[in-house]
Amino acid sequence: MNALASTPLAESAVARRLYTRRALVNRLALVLSCAAALFGLFFLFWILWTTVSRGMAGINLALFTQMTPPPMEQGGLLNAFFGSAVMCLLAILIGTPLGIAAGTWLAEYAGARRIGTVIRFVNDILLSAPSIVLGLFVYTIVVAQMGGSFSALAGAIALAFIVLPVVVRTTDEMLRLVPSQMREAALSLGIPQWKVIGQVLYRSASAGIVTGILLALARISGETAPLLFTAFGNQYWSTDLTRPMASVPVVMNQFAGSPYESWQVMAWAGALVLTAFVLLLSLLARAILLRNKISHD
Amino acid sequence: MTDAPFAISTPTVGGSPRAAEAGAAPKMSARNLDFFYDGFHALKNVNIDIAEKRVTALIGPSGCGKSTLLRIFNRIYALYPKLLAKGEVLLDGENILDPSYALNRLRGKVGMVFQKPVPFPMSIYENIAYAIRHYEKLSKADLDVRVEQALAQGALWNEVKDKLKQSALGLSGGQQQRLCIARAVALKPDVLLLDEPTSALDPIATGKIEQLVAELKEHYTIAIVTHNMQQAARCSDYTAFMYLGELIEFGATDKLFTKPAKQQTEDYITGRFG
Repeated sequence: MNALASTPLAESAVARRLYTRRALVNRLALVLSCAAALFGLFFLFWILWTTVSRGMAGINLALFTQMTPPPMEQGGLLNAFFGSAVMCLLAILIGTPLGIAAGTWLAEYAGARRIGTVIRFVNDILLSAPSIVLGLFVYTIVVAQMGGSFSALAGAIALAFIVLPVVVRTTDEMLRLVPSQMREAALSLGIPQWKVIGQVLYRSASAGIVTGILLALARISGETAPLLFTAFGNQYWSTDLTRPMASVPVVMNQFAGSPYESWQVMAWAGALVLTAFVLLLSLLARAILLRNKISHD
Repeated sequence: MTDAPFAISTPTVGGSPRAAEAGAAPKMSARNLDFFYDGFHALKNVNIDIAEKRVTALIGPSGCGKSTLLRIFNRIYALYPKLLAKGEVLLDGENILDPSYALNRLRGKVGMVFQKPVPFPMSIYENIAYAIRHYEKLSKADLDVRVEQALAQGALWNEVKDKLKQSALGLSGGQQQRLCIARAVALKPDVLLLDEPTSALDPIATGKIEQLVAELKEHYTIAIVTHNMQQAARCSDYTAFMYLGELIEFGATDKLFTKPAKQQTEDYITGRFG
Protein backbone atom coordinates (compact mmCIF):
# COMPACT_ATOMS: atom_id res chain seq x y z
CA MET A 1 0.00 0.00 0.00
CA ASN A 2 1.06 3.49 -0.74
CA ALA A 3 1.70 5.63 2.34
CA LEU A 4 -0.05 8.57 0.74
CA ALA A 5 -3.24 6.59 0.28
CA SER A 6 -3.59 5.89 4.01
CA THR A 7 -4.85 9.42 4.83
CA PRO A 8 -7.61 10.33 2.41
CA LEU A 9 -7.45 13.96 1.35
CA ALA A 10 -11.10 14.42 2.24
CA GLU A 11 -10.36 13.68 5.91
CA SER A 12 -7.74 16.38 6.34
CA ALA A 13 -8.40 19.41 8.54
CA VAL A 14 -8.21 21.77 5.57
CA ALA A 15 -10.83 19.79 3.68
CA ARG A 16 -13.16 19.70 6.67
CA ARG A 17 -13.01 23.45 7.06
CA LEU A 18 -13.76 23.76 3.37
CA TYR A 19 -16.79 21.49 3.67
CA THR A 20 -18.14 23.39 6.65
CA ARG A 21 -17.83 26.65 4.76
CA ARG A 22 -19.52 25.20 1.68
CA ALA A 23 -22.38 23.85 3.79
CA LEU A 24 -22.91 27.31 5.30
CA VAL A 25 -22.80 29.06 1.94
CA ASN A 26 -25.22 26.51 0.60
CA ARG A 27 -27.65 27.09 3.45
CA LEU A 28 -27.41 30.87 3.04
CA ALA A 29 -28.10 30.68 -0.70
CA LEU A 30 -31.05 28.41 -0.05
CA VAL A 31 -32.57 30.76 2.52
CA LEU A 32 -32.13 33.78 0.24
CA SER A 33 -33.69 32.14 -2.78
CA CYS A 34 -36.63 30.84 -0.72
CA ALA A 35 -37.18 34.34 0.65
CA ALA A 36 -37.16 35.79 -2.85
CA ALA A 37 -39.70 33.22 -4.01
CA LEU A 38 -41.95 33.89 -1.02
CA PHE A 39 -41.72 37.63 -1.62
CA GLY A 40 -42.96 37.17 -5.20
CA LEU A 41 -45.66 34.69 -4.22
CA PHE A 42 -46.91 36.97 -1.45
CA PHE A 43 -47.89 39.70 -3.91
CA LEU A 44 -49.33 37.22 -6.34
CA PHE A 45 -51.61 35.77 -3.70
CA TRP A 46 -52.47 39.23 -2.42
CA ILE A 47 -53.66 40.19 -5.91
CA LEU A 48 -55.59 36.95 -6.27
CA TRP A 49 -57.14 37.30 -2.81
CA THR A 50 -58.25 40.87 -3.46
CA THR A 51 -59.73 39.90 -6.80
CA VAL A 52 -61.60 36.94 -5.33
CA SER A 53 -62.83 38.65 -2.16
CA ARG A 54 -63.99 41.78 -3.95
CA GLY A 55 -65.18 40.03 -7.07
CA MET A 56 -67.35 37.48 -5.28
CA ALA A 57 -69.64 40.27 -4.10
CA GLY A 58 -70.67 40.96 -7.66
CA ILE A 59 -71.03 37.37 -8.86
CA ASN A 60 -74.70 36.60 -9.37
CA LEU A 61 -76.98 35.41 -12.11
CA ALA A 62 -77.70 38.95 -13.29
CA LEU A 63 -74.01 39.43 -14.09
CA PHE A 64 -74.31 36.86 -16.88
CA THR A 65 -77.84 37.64 -18.05
CA GLN A 66 -78.22 41.43 -18.05
CA MET A 67 -76.67 44.31 -19.94
CA THR A 68 -74.34 46.94 -18.55
CA PRO A 69 -76.56 49.35 -16.59
CA PRO A 70 -76.50 53.12 -16.20
CA PRO A 71 -75.01 54.29 -12.90
CA MET A 72 -76.75 53.18 -9.71
CA GLU A 73 -78.98 50.69 -11.47
CA GLN A 74 -78.96 46.92 -11.46
CA GLY A 75 -77.49 45.08 -14.40
CA GLY A 76 -74.82 42.70 -15.62
CA LEU A 77 -71.98 42.34 -18.06
CA LEU A 78 -73.58 40.06 -20.64
CA ASN A 79 -72.92 42.42 -23.58
CA ALA A 80 -69.30 42.82 -22.45
CA PHE A 81 -68.72 39.07 -22.07
CA PHE A 82 -70.30 38.49 -25.46
CA GLY A 83 -68.28 41.26 -27.07
CA SER A 84 -65.02 39.99 -25.61
CA ALA A 85 -65.77 36.45 -26.75
CA VAL A 86 -66.66 37.56 -30.28
CA MET A 87 -63.66 39.85 -30.73
CA CYS A 88 -61.17 37.44 -29.16
CA LEU A 89 -62.37 34.53 -31.26
CA LEU A 90 -62.33 36.63 -34.40
CA ALA A 91 -58.81 37.81 -33.56
CA ILE A 92 -57.70 34.19 -33.11
CA LEU A 93 -59.41 33.26 -36.40
CA ILE A 94 -57.52 36.03 -38.21
CA GLY A 95 -54.20 35.77 -36.42
CA THR A 96 -53.76 32.02 -36.19
CA PRO A 97 -53.76 30.97 -39.87
CA LEU A 98 -51.53 33.92 -40.79
CA GLY A 99 -49.24 33.23 -37.86
CA ILE A 100 -48.96 29.51 -38.55
CA ALA A 101 -48.28 30.16 -42.22
CA ALA A 102 -45.60 32.74 -41.45
CA GLY A 103 -44.02 30.60 -38.72
CA THR A 104 -43.96 27.63 -41.06
CA TRP A 105 -42.22 29.66 -43.73
CA LEU A 106 -39.63 30.84 -41.22
CA ALA A 107 -38.91 27.38 -39.86
CA GLU A 108 -39.17 25.28 -43.01
CA TYR A 109 -38.51 27.46 -46.05
CA ALA A 110 -36.45 30.46 -45.00
CA GLY A 111 -33.42 28.31 -44.23
CA ALA A 112 -30.32 30.40 -43.60
CA ARG A 113 -31.58 33.23 -45.76
CA ARG A 114 -31.09 36.75 -44.46
CA ILE A 115 -34.71 37.70 -45.01
CA GLY A 116 -35.71 35.00 -42.51
CA THR A 117 -33.50 36.51 -39.83
CA VAL A 118 -34.88 39.97 -40.56
CA ILE A 119 -38.49 38.80 -40.37
CA ARG A 120 -37.82 36.96 -37.12
CA PHE A 121 -36.34 40.15 -35.69
CA VAL A 122 -39.26 42.30 -36.85
CA ASN A 123 -41.67 39.75 -35.42
CA ASP A 124 -39.93 39.98 -32.06
CA ILE A 125 -40.38 43.73 -32.15
CA LEU A 126 -44.08 43.29 -32.91
CA LEU A 127 -44.22 40.81 -30.03
CA SER A 128 -43.08 43.43 -27.57
CA ALA A 129 -44.84 46.40 -29.17
CA PRO A 130 -46.98 48.33 -26.66
CA SER A 131 -50.56 47.30 -27.32
CA ILE A 132 -51.75 50.89 -27.36
CA VAL A 133 -49.55 51.50 -30.40
CA LEU A 134 -51.28 48.63 -32.17
CA GLY A 135 -54.61 50.17 -31.20
CA LEU A 136 -53.63 53.53 -32.69
CA PHE A 137 -52.35 51.82 -35.82
CA VAL A 138 -55.62 49.99 -36.38
CA TYR A 139 -57.49 53.19 -35.62
CA THR A 140 -55.62 54.82 -38.48
CA ILE A 141 -55.88 52.01 -41.02
CA VAL A 142 -59.40 50.78 -40.21
CA VAL A 143 -61.49 53.13 -38.10
CA ALA A 144 -60.38 56.37 -39.80
CA GLN A 145 -60.84 54.77 -43.24
CA MET A 146 -64.38 53.75 -42.33
CA GLY A 147 -65.37 57.33 -41.68
CA GLY A 148 -64.30 57.28 -38.06
CA SER A 149 -66.83 54.71 -36.98
CA PHE A 150 -65.65 52.37 -34.22
CA SER A 151 -66.42 48.73 -34.85
CA ALA A 152 -66.02 45.26 -33.37
CA LEU A 153 -64.19 44.28 -36.52
CA ALA A 154 -61.56 46.95 -35.93
CA GLY A 155 -61.23 45.70 -32.34
CA ALA A 156 -60.72 42.15 -33.54
CA ILE A 157 -58.09 43.28 -36.05
CA ALA A 158 -56.21 45.15 -33.32
CA LEU A 159 -56.25 42.04 -31.14
CA ALA A 160 -55.18 39.92 -34.11
CA PHE A 161 -52.01 42.01 -34.31
CA ILE A 162 -51.22 40.82 -30.78
CA VAL A 163 -52.04 37.20 -31.62
CA LEU A 164 -50.02 37.19 -34.82
CA PRO A 165 -46.45 37.54 -33.47
CA VAL A 166 -47.14 35.08 -30.63
CA VAL A 167 -48.33 32.43 -33.06
CA VAL A 168 -45.51 33.14 -35.54
CA ARG A 169 -42.98 32.73 -32.77
CA THR A 170 -44.41 29.53 -31.28
CA THR A 171 -44.97 27.91 -34.66
CA ASP A 172 -41.43 28.76 -35.73
CA GLU A 173 -39.92 27.51 -32.49
CA MET A 174 -42.01 24.37 -32.20
CA LEU A 175 -41.26 23.36 -35.79
CA ARG A 176 -37.57 23.97 -35.28
CA LEU A 177 -37.70 21.72 -32.23
CA VAL A 178 -38.85 18.82 -34.41
CA PRO A 179 -35.69 16.81 -35.00
CA SER A 180 -34.31 17.15 -38.52
CA GLN A 181 -34.28 13.34 -38.74
CA MET A 182 -38.08 13.46 -38.77
CA ARG A 183 -37.99 15.65 -41.89
CA GLU A 184 -35.33 13.50 -43.48
CA ALA A 185 -37.23 10.30 -42.72
CA ALA A 186 -40.45 11.62 -44.19
CA LEU A 187 -38.79 13.18 -47.24
CA SER A 188 -36.88 9.93 -47.78
CA LEU A 189 -40.21 8.27 -48.50
CA GLY A 190 -40.54 10.53 -51.52
CA ILE A 191 -43.33 12.56 -49.96
CA PRO A 192 -43.33 16.22 -51.07
CA GLN A 193 -42.29 18.84 -48.55
CA TRP A 194 -45.67 20.54 -48.15
CA LYS A 195 -47.25 17.18 -47.29
CA VAL A 196 -44.47 16.35 -44.88
CA ILE A 197 -45.02 19.66 -43.10
CA GLY A 198 -48.80 19.34 -43.05
CA GLN A 199 -49.06 15.71 -42.07
CA VAL A 200 -45.94 14.86 -40.10
CA LEU A 201 -44.27 17.97 -38.72
CA TYR A 202 -47.48 19.71 -37.60
CA ARG A 203 -48.43 16.61 -35.67
CA SER A 204 -45.12 16.68 -33.89
CA ALA A 205 -45.39 20.36 -33.13
CA SER A 206 -49.16 20.57 -32.55
CA ALA A 207 -49.15 20.54 -28.76
CA GLY A 208 -46.73 23.45 -28.65
CA ILE A 209 -48.58 25.42 -31.30
CA VAL A 210 -51.98 24.92 -29.64
CA THR A 211 -50.46 26.01 -26.34
CA GLY A 212 -49.15 29.15 -28.00
CA ILE A 213 -52.62 29.93 -29.39
CA LEU A 214 -54.23 29.41 -25.98
CA LEU A 215 -51.70 31.70 -24.32
CA ALA A 216 -52.31 34.31 -27.02
CA LEU A 217 -56.03 34.03 -26.29
CA ALA A 218 -55.34 34.46 -22.58
CA ARG A 219 -53.30 37.55 -23.31
CA ILE A 220 -55.81 39.31 -25.60
CA SER A 221 -58.78 38.57 -23.35
CA GLY A 222 -57.40 41.11 -20.89
CA GLU A 223 -56.18 43.72 -23.38
CA THR A 224 -57.80 47.12 -22.98
CA ALA A 225 -55.66 49.60 -24.84
CA PRO A 226 -56.09 48.22 -28.38
CA LEU A 227 -59.87 48.23 -27.95
CA LEU A 228 -60.21 51.81 -26.71
CA PHE A 229 -59.82 53.38 -30.15
CA THR A 230 -61.23 50.50 -32.18
CA ALA A 231 -64.20 48.67 -30.71
CA PHE A 232 -64.75 51.55 -28.30
CA GLY A 233 -67.59 50.18 -26.18
CA ASN A 234 -71.31 49.79 -26.21
CA GLN A 235 -73.77 50.06 -23.41
CA TYR A 236 -76.29 47.91 -25.22
CA TRP A 237 -76.49 44.46 -26.70
CA SER A 238 -74.98 44.45 -30.20
CA THR A 239 -74.04 41.66 -32.56
CA ASP A 240 -73.19 43.92 -35.48
CA LEU A 241 -69.49 43.67 -36.29
CA THR A 242 -69.51 47.04 -38.01
CA ARG A 243 -70.80 48.81 -34.87
CA PRO A 244 -69.04 49.54 -31.58
CA MET A 245 -69.05 46.59 -29.21
CA ALA A 246 -68.58 46.25 -25.46
CA SER A 247 -65.75 44.21 -23.96
CA VAL A 248 -64.88 43.18 -20.41
CA PRO A 249 -61.59 45.10 -20.05
CA VAL A 250 -62.98 48.32 -21.49
CA VAL A 251 -66.07 48.14 -19.27
CA MET A 252 -63.82 47.45 -16.28
CA ASN A 253 -61.76 50.47 -17.20
CA GLN A 254 -64.86 52.61 -17.26
CA PHE A 255 -66.59 51.11 -14.19
CA ALA A 256 -63.62 50.75 -11.87
CA GLY A 257 -62.67 54.39 -12.26
CA SER A 258 -66.21 55.62 -11.67
CA PRO A 259 -67.50 56.99 -8.37
CA TYR A 260 -70.55 54.66 -8.39
CA GLU A 261 -70.28 51.71 -6.05
CA SER A 262 -72.55 49.44 -8.12
CA TRP A 263 -70.23 49.94 -11.10
CA GLN A 264 -67.13 49.29 -9.01
CA VAL A 265 -68.54 46.01 -7.73
CA MET A 266 -69.29 44.96 -11.27
CA ALA A 267 -65.77 45.85 -12.38
CA TRP A 268 -64.36 43.57 -9.67
CA ALA A 269 -66.73 40.81 -10.71
CA GLY A 270 -65.54 41.21 -14.30
CA ALA A 271 -61.93 41.04 -13.08
CA LEU A 272 -62.65 37.81 -11.24
CA VAL A 273 -64.30 36.16 -14.25
CA LEU A 274 -61.44 37.29 -16.49
CA THR A 275 -58.82 36.00 -14.06
CA ALA A 276 -60.59 32.66 -13.73
CA PHE A 277 -60.78 32.39 -17.53
CA VAL A 278 -57.07 33.11 -17.97
CA LEU A 279 -56.19 30.68 -15.18
CA LEU A 280 -58.29 28.02 -16.86
CA LEU A 281 -56.58 28.62 -20.21
CA SER A 282 -53.15 28.36 -18.61
CA LEU A 283 -54.09 25.12 -16.90
CA LEU A 284 -55.45 23.77 -20.17
CA ALA A 285 -52.24 24.73 -21.97
CA ARG A 286 -50.19 22.99 -19.29
CA ALA A 287 -52.36 19.90 -19.47
CA ILE A 288 -51.94 19.68 -23.23
CA LEU A 289 -48.17 20.03 -22.98
CA LEU A 290 -47.95 17.52 -20.17
CA ARG A 291 -50.09 14.92 -21.90
CA ASN A 292 -48.03 15.33 -25.04
CA LYS A 293 -44.81 14.92 -23.09
CA ILE A 294 -46.01 11.70 -21.51
CA SER A 295 -47.05 10.21 -24.82
CA HIS A 296 -43.66 11.12 -26.32
CA ASP A 297 -41.58 9.55 -23.56
CA MET B 1 -16.12 -1.20 -29.01
CA THR B 2 -14.34 -0.73 -32.29
CA ASP B 3 -11.08 -0.57 -30.40
CA ALA B 4 -11.21 -4.30 -29.78
CA PRO B 5 -8.89 -6.18 -32.10
CA PHE B 6 -10.88 -7.73 -34.85
CA ALA B 7 -10.96 -11.51 -34.87
CA ILE B 8 -9.73 -12.19 -38.35
CA SER B 9 -10.02 -15.93 -38.01
CA THR B 10 -13.80 -16.03 -37.51
CA PRO B 11 -15.34 -13.98 -40.28
CA THR B 12 -18.59 -15.94 -40.75
CA VAL B 13 -21.60 -15.70 -38.53
CA GLY B 14 -24.89 -17.38 -39.30
CA GLY B 15 -23.41 -19.10 -42.33
CA SER B 16 -24.56 -16.47 -44.80
CA PRO B 17 -23.08 -16.98 -48.23
CA ARG B 18 -20.11 -14.76 -48.84
CA ALA B 19 -19.72 -12.62 -51.86
CA ALA B 20 -17.28 -14.92 -53.48
CA GLU B 21 -18.88 -14.63 -56.87
CA ALA B 22 -17.53 -11.83 -58.95
CA GLY B 23 -19.64 -9.40 -60.91
CA ALA B 24 -23.04 -9.27 -59.27
CA ALA B 25 -24.70 -6.62 -61.43
CA PRO B 26 -24.32 -3.10 -60.06
CA LYS B 27 -27.62 -1.46 -59.16
CA MET B 28 -26.12 1.87 -58.25
CA SER B 29 -22.75 3.28 -59.08
CA ALA B 30 -20.92 6.43 -58.18
CA ARG B 31 -18.59 7.79 -60.87
CA ASN B 32 -15.94 10.40 -60.09
CA LEU B 33 -18.06 11.64 -57.25
CA ASP B 34 -16.96 14.73 -55.33
CA PHE B 35 -18.87 16.36 -52.51
CA PHE B 36 -18.49 19.74 -50.86
CA TYR B 37 -19.86 21.08 -47.58
CA ASP B 38 -19.77 24.83 -48.10
CA GLY B 39 -16.38 24.55 -49.75
CA PHE B 40 -15.03 21.70 -47.61
CA HIS B 41 -14.08 18.81 -49.87
CA ALA B 42 -15.77 15.89 -48.11
CA LEU B 43 -15.69 13.23 -50.82
CA LYS B 44 -12.83 12.96 -53.26
CA ASN B 45 -13.32 11.23 -56.58
CA VAL B 46 -15.25 8.26 -55.24
CA ASN B 47 -16.03 5.37 -57.57
CA ILE B 48 -18.09 2.53 -56.19
CA ASP B 49 -20.61 -0.06 -57.40
CA ILE B 50 -23.48 -1.13 -55.17
CA ALA B 51 -24.29 -4.67 -56.26
CA GLU B 52 -27.91 -5.67 -56.83
CA LYS B 53 -29.50 -7.73 -54.05
CA ARG B 54 -26.36 -7.73 -52.00
CA VAL B 55 -25.36 -5.93 -48.86
CA THR B 56 -22.61 -3.37 -49.24
CA ALA B 57 -21.12 -2.00 -46.03
CA LEU B 58 -19.40 1.36 -45.77
CA ILE B 59 -16.89 1.56 -42.94
CA GLY B 60 -14.29 4.02 -41.78
CA PRO B 61 -13.51 6.36 -38.90
CA SER B 62 -15.80 9.28 -38.01
CA GLY B 63 -15.77 12.01 -40.62
CA CYS B 64 -14.49 9.76 -43.39
CA GLY B 65 -17.49 10.52 -45.61
CA LYS B 66 -19.34 7.21 -45.39
CA SER B 67 -22.62 8.77 -44.27
CA THR B 68 -22.14 11.59 -46.75
CA LEU B 69 -21.85 9.06 -49.55
CA LEU B 70 -25.02 7.30 -48.41
CA ARG B 71 -26.89 10.58 -48.18
CA ILE B 72 -26.04 11.34 -51.80
CA PHE B 73 -27.69 8.13 -52.97
CA ASN B 74 -31.18 9.51 -52.28
CA ARG B 75 -30.17 13.18 -52.44
CA ILE B 76 -31.40 13.80 -48.92
CA TYR B 77 -28.45 16.19 -48.60
CA ALA B 78 -30.38 18.52 -50.93
CA LEU B 79 -32.48 19.50 -47.92
CA TYR B 80 -29.66 21.72 -46.69
CA PRO B 81 -28.12 24.76 -48.34
CA LYS B 82 -24.53 25.08 -49.51
CA LEU B 83 -23.99 21.40 -50.20
CA LEU B 84 -22.76 20.37 -53.61
CA ALA B 85 -22.25 17.01 -55.32
CA LYS B 86 -20.23 16.72 -58.52
CA GLY B 87 -19.85 13.68 -60.72
CA GLU B 88 -22.38 10.98 -61.45
CA VAL B 89 -24.43 8.54 -59.46
CA LEU B 90 -26.16 6.02 -61.70
CA LEU B 91 -29.29 4.15 -60.70
CA ASP B 92 -30.12 1.59 -63.38
CA GLY B 93 -28.00 3.65 -65.74
CA GLU B 94 -29.68 7.00 -65.08
CA ASN B 95 -27.81 9.82 -63.39
CA ILE B 96 -29.74 10.70 -60.25
CA LEU B 97 -27.70 13.85 -59.69
CA ASP B 98 -29.15 15.29 -62.87
CA PRO B 99 -31.57 18.03 -61.72
CA SER B 100 -34.16 16.66 -64.14
CA TYR B 101 -34.30 13.41 -62.15
CA ALA B 102 -37.35 14.04 -59.95
CA LEU B 103 -36.44 13.89 -56.27
CA ASN B 104 -39.60 12.13 -55.19
CA ARG B 105 -39.25 9.54 -57.91
CA LEU B 106 -35.72 8.86 -56.70
CA ARG B 107 -36.77 8.62 -53.07
CA GLY B 108 -39.58 6.27 -53.95
CA LYS B 109 -36.96 3.91 -55.35
CA VAL B 110 -34.22 4.48 -52.82
CA GLY B 111 -35.46 4.20 -49.24
CA MET B 112 -33.50 5.24 -46.20
CA VAL B 113 -33.35 4.33 -42.51
CA PHE B 114 -31.52 6.55 -40.06
CA GLN B 115 -29.37 6.15 -37.01
CA LYS B 116 -32.03 7.32 -34.61
CA PRO B 117 -35.38 5.62 -35.07
CA VAL B 118 -37.91 8.26 -36.16
CA PRO B 119 -41.44 6.92 -36.05
CA PHE B 120 -43.96 9.55 -37.10
CA PRO B 121 -46.26 10.79 -34.33
CA MET B 122 -49.17 8.60 -35.42
CA SER B 123 -50.36 5.04 -34.90
CA ILE B 124 -48.25 2.05 -35.88
CA TYR B 125 -50.67 1.30 -38.71
CA GLU B 126 -50.65 4.90 -39.96
CA ASN B 127 -46.86 5.02 -39.95
CA ILE B 128 -46.87 2.39 -42.69
CA ALA B 129 -50.12 3.30 -44.42
CA TYR B 130 -49.24 6.99 -44.67
CA ALA B 131 -46.40 6.40 -47.09
CA ILE B 132 -48.26 3.77 -49.14
CA ARG B 133 -51.29 6.01 -49.53
CA HIS B 134 -49.13 8.68 -51.05
CA TYR B 135 -48.28 6.40 -53.96
CA GLU B 136 -51.31 4.18 -54.38
CA LYS B 137 -55.06 4.46 -54.02
CA LEU B 138 -55.97 1.25 -52.26
CA SER B 139 -59.13 -0.07 -50.68
CA LYS B 140 -59.11 -0.45 -46.92
CA ALA B 141 -58.74 -4.23 -47.26
CA ASP B 142 -55.85 -3.97 -49.72
CA LEU B 143 -54.15 -1.38 -47.55
CA ASP B 144 -54.50 -3.65 -44.52
CA VAL B 145 -52.79 -6.42 -46.47
CA ARG B 146 -49.95 -4.14 -47.53
CA VAL B 147 -49.42 -2.87 -43.99
CA GLU B 148 -49.32 -6.43 -42.68
CA GLN B 149 -46.84 -7.46 -45.38
CA ALA B 150 -44.59 -4.52 -44.62
CA LEU B 151 -44.66 -5.14 -40.88
CA ALA B 152 -43.96 -8.82 -41.51
CA GLN B 153 -41.00 -7.88 -43.69
CA GLY B 154 -39.81 -5.64 -40.91
CA ALA B 155 -40.04 -8.64 -38.54
CA LEU B 156 -42.42 -6.66 -36.38
CA TRP B 157 -45.88 -8.01 -37.24
CA ASN B 158 -46.09 -10.58 -34.44
CA GLU B 159 -45.19 -8.01 -31.83
CA VAL B 160 -47.61 -5.29 -32.92
CA LYS B 161 -50.53 -7.03 -34.65
CA ASP B 162 -52.78 -6.51 -31.61
CA LYS B 163 -51.94 -2.85 -31.13
CA LEU B 164 -51.86 -1.38 -34.62
CA LYS B 165 -53.96 1.59 -33.51
CA GLN B 166 -51.58 2.54 -30.71
CA SER B 167 -49.05 5.31 -31.06
CA ALA B 168 -45.79 4.23 -32.62
CA LEU B 169 -44.01 6.38 -30.07
CA GLY B 170 -44.82 3.76 -27.43
CA LEU B 171 -42.66 1.10 -29.09
CA SER B 172 -39.18 0.26 -27.83
CA GLY B 173 -36.19 1.67 -29.69
CA GLY B 174 -35.51 -1.60 -31.50
CA GLN B 175 -39.16 -1.97 -32.47
CA GLN B 176 -39.24 1.63 -33.67
CA GLN B 177 -36.24 0.98 -35.87
CA ARG B 178 -37.86 -2.12 -37.36
CA LEU B 179 -40.98 -0.02 -37.94
CA CYS B 180 -38.84 2.47 -39.85
CA ILE B 181 -37.42 -0.36 -41.96
CA ALA B 182 -40.93 -1.70 -42.54
CA ARG B 183 -42.06 1.79 -43.55
CA ALA B 184 -39.24 2.02 -46.06
CA VAL B 185 -39.84 -1.42 -47.58
CA ALA B 186 -43.60 -0.83 -47.73
CA LEU B 187 -42.94 1.33 -50.79
CA LYS B 188 -41.16 -1.59 -52.48
CA PRO B 189 -38.01 0.37 -53.18
CA ASP B 190 -35.13 -0.99 -55.22
CA VAL B 191 -32.44 0.15 -52.86
CA LEU B 192 -32.41 0.44 -49.09
CA LEU B 193 -29.92 2.76 -47.43
CA LEU B 194 -29.21 2.11 -43.76
CA ASP B 195 -27.28 4.83 -41.95
CA GLU B 196 -25.87 3.26 -38.77
CA PRO B 197 -29.24 1.65 -38.10
CA THR B 198 -28.18 -0.10 -34.90
CA SER B 199 -25.89 2.39 -33.21
CA ALA B 200 -28.68 3.58 -30.91
CA LEU B 201 -29.85 0.06 -30.06
CA ASP B 202 -28.96 -2.59 -27.50
CA PRO B 203 -27.26 -5.85 -28.59
CA ILE B 204 -30.46 -7.91 -28.77
CA ALA B 205 -32.25 -5.35 -30.92
CA THR B 206 -29.08 -5.05 -33.01
CA GLY B 207 -29.08 -8.81 -33.57
CA LYS B 208 -32.67 -8.67 -34.80
CA ILE B 209 -31.91 -5.87 -37.25
CA GLU B 210 -28.88 -7.71 -38.59
CA GLN B 211 -30.94 -10.83 -39.10
CA LEU B 212 -33.53 -8.72 -40.85
CA VAL B 213 -30.90 -7.27 -43.17
CA ALA B 214 -29.86 -10.78 -44.14
CA GLU B 215 -33.49 -11.59 -45.03
CA LEU B 216 -34.15 -8.34 -46.86
CA LYS B 217 -31.28 -8.74 -49.31
CA GLU B 218 -33.30 -11.41 -51.11
CA HIS B 219 -35.44 -8.58 -52.42
CA TYR B 220 -33.50 -5.38 -52.02
CA THR B 221 -30.15 -3.87 -52.77
CA ILE B 222 -28.78 -2.70 -49.45
CA ALA B 223 -26.08 -0.22 -48.52
CA ILE B 224 -25.29 0.05 -44.83
CA VAL B 225 -23.07 2.52 -43.04
CA THR B 226 -21.69 1.15 -39.81
CA HIS B 227 -19.24 2.10 -37.13
CA ASN B 228 -19.03 -1.45 -36.06
CA MET B 229 -16.59 -3.56 -38.04
CA GLN B 230 -17.89 -6.82 -36.67
CA GLN B 231 -21.29 -5.83 -37.97
CA ALA B 232 -19.90 -5.14 -41.43
CA ALA B 233 -18.15 -8.50 -41.35
CA ARG B 234 -21.29 -10.30 -40.17
CA CYS B 235 -23.87 -8.96 -42.52
CA SER B 236 -22.30 -7.60 -45.69
CA ASP B 237 -21.17 -9.14 -48.95
CA TYR B 238 -19.01 -6.23 -49.98
CA THR B 239 -17.23 -3.70 -47.85
CA ALA B 240 -15.87 -0.30 -48.70
CA PHE B 241 -13.30 1.27 -46.43
CA MET B 242 -13.21 5.05 -46.53
CA TYR B 243 -10.78 7.46 -44.98
CA LEU B 244 -10.67 11.27 -45.16
CA GLY B 245 -13.17 11.43 -47.98
CA GLU B 246 -11.49 8.85 -50.15
CA LEU B 247 -12.50 5.32 -50.95
CA ILE B 248 -9.36 3.46 -49.87
CA GLU B 249 -10.37 -0.09 -50.58
CA PHE B 250 -13.46 -1.83 -51.84
CA GLY B 251 -14.06 -5.51 -52.34
CA ALA B 252 -15.63 -8.71 -51.09
CA THR B 253 -16.08 -8.51 -47.33
CA ASP B 254 -14.21 -11.78 -46.76
CA LYS B 255 -11.20 -10.57 -48.60
CA LEU B 256 -11.17 -7.07 -47.16
CA PHE B 257 -11.23 -8.34 -43.60
CA THR B 258 -8.80 -11.25 -44.07
CA LYS B 259 -6.38 -10.04 -46.72
CA PRO B 260 -6.71 -6.30 -47.08
CA ALA B 261 -4.72 -4.93 -49.97
CA LYS B 262 -3.93 -1.57 -48.40
CA GLN B 263 -1.95 -0.89 -45.27
CA GLN B 264 -4.51 1.74 -44.09
CA THR B 265 -7.32 -0.79 -44.30
CA GLU B 266 -5.35 -3.28 -42.27
CA ASP B 267 -4.49 -0.67 -39.66
CA TYR B 268 -8.14 0.29 -39.32
CA ILE B 269 -9.63 -3.18 -39.12
CA THR B 270 -7.03 -4.29 -36.61
CA GLY B 271 -7.92 -1.29 -34.44
CA ARG B 272 -4.70 0.62 -34.81
CA PHE B 273 -6.58 3.84 -35.52
CA GLY B 274 -10.11 5.11 -35.73
